[in-house]
Amino acid sequence: MSEETNNIKLKVYRTNYNKEESPHYDEFDVSVKRWTTVLDALLDAKSYSDSSLGIRYSCRMASCGSCGMKINGKPRLACYTKISELNDQTIVCEPLPNFPRIRDLVTDFTEFFAHHKKIEPYTHNEKVPIDVIKKDDLVEFKQTPEDVDKYLQFSYCIKCGLCYSACPTVATDTKFPGPQALSQAYRYTADNRDSGESTRFNIVDDRHGIWRCHFAGSCSNVCPKGVDPALGIQLLKGHLIGITKNDKKIATLRSKEE
Amino acid sequence: MPLLKLRESQIMKIHYLTGICAIFFVAIHILFRIGMGMSFNESLEYHNVVANYHNIYYVILLELILVFISIHGFNGLRIILLELKQNQWWESTITILVLAAMIGVIAYGTRTIIIGSQL
Repeated sequence: MSEETNNIKLKVYRTNYNKEESPHYDEFDVSVKRWTTVLDALLDAKSYSDSSLGIRYSCRMASCGSCGMKINGKPRLACYTKISELNDQTIVCEPLPNFPRIRDLVTDFTEFFAHHKKIEPYTHNEKVPIDVIKKDDLVEFKQTPEDVDKYLQFSYCIKCGLCYSACPTVATDTKFPGPQALSQAYRYTADNRDSGESTRFNIVDDRHGIWRCHFAGSCSNVCPKGVDPALGIQLLKGHLIGITKNDKKIATLRSKEE
Repeated sequence: MPLLKLRESQIMKIHYLTGICAIFFVAIHILFRIGMGMSFNESLEYHNVVANYHNIYYVILLELILVFISIHGFNGLRIILLELKQNQWWESTITILVLAAMIGVIAYGTRTIIIGSQL
């Protein structure tokens, strides 16, 4: 099958806040094929038209979450969006909303990661004695497939920030942790290796915490990994309000002999 | 002030419960308008409204509607205003003002109900 090429116009938002450059759009004519992604097109423009174009990317396979940007009005991963699926001859690339802008399509994730870090996104388990770890007896926690199913989809989060940029509450409330952090709070609450839900509940049960989510659902709509942050947030609300019974049994450790 | 130190989940629990209760009691209130053996317009005539105020059960119903809607509505207003600005002074001021307005509306409404019912 011959690969047909198509010429499209790439309209890219340009600015440099360090140089107080006023925001404007630059247009690039790029030749694309059926499988060309937006990131490929941007890199083409960077290579052959304007090397000063600021883009952040790494893996090119929707694993690192670096190339998030607003493409034709919707937050998407540039490496995971084919030009052909957009059905448009003009592709508009803008930086992610709700993030401070650095240069061109590059945004500052400091606040986003601070919110993520604040909810303590790691397993709390005080019952695991530290001396067991030293003796090298600790092998793994016992978990059934059903236990894993309770949190698995939320562990697919790649922290790309698309949900955060789509959230209408984040747009107005800078203290709101955002869908990513809140769904991760649920991810660890649902994990039966973790016993730190009371600590995490205290963090998210704040004036600017989980209750400021109005269930717009736009976070779930833009997630490139199929995670449903809005669902996680509602499930966590159920735990906080006492509707959902927390009958989680903390997983036991499997010894080497087992 | 202990009321201001309620956790957000406790406030939201009150918010949801008052919302559900308000829907339930307002539904009864509307059913009274159409299920009293007279038309809706007739039931809103002055003497019929005054007659309602002399029914102690209806007075209790009106008071409950007033309390539930005030709590639910003013907390909703607090939530909207909290999202406008994020600083301690704004949050505390809004909480106190909204609480004061809620108490004021409930007090004024209760006074109206008491006068109307000639209790």
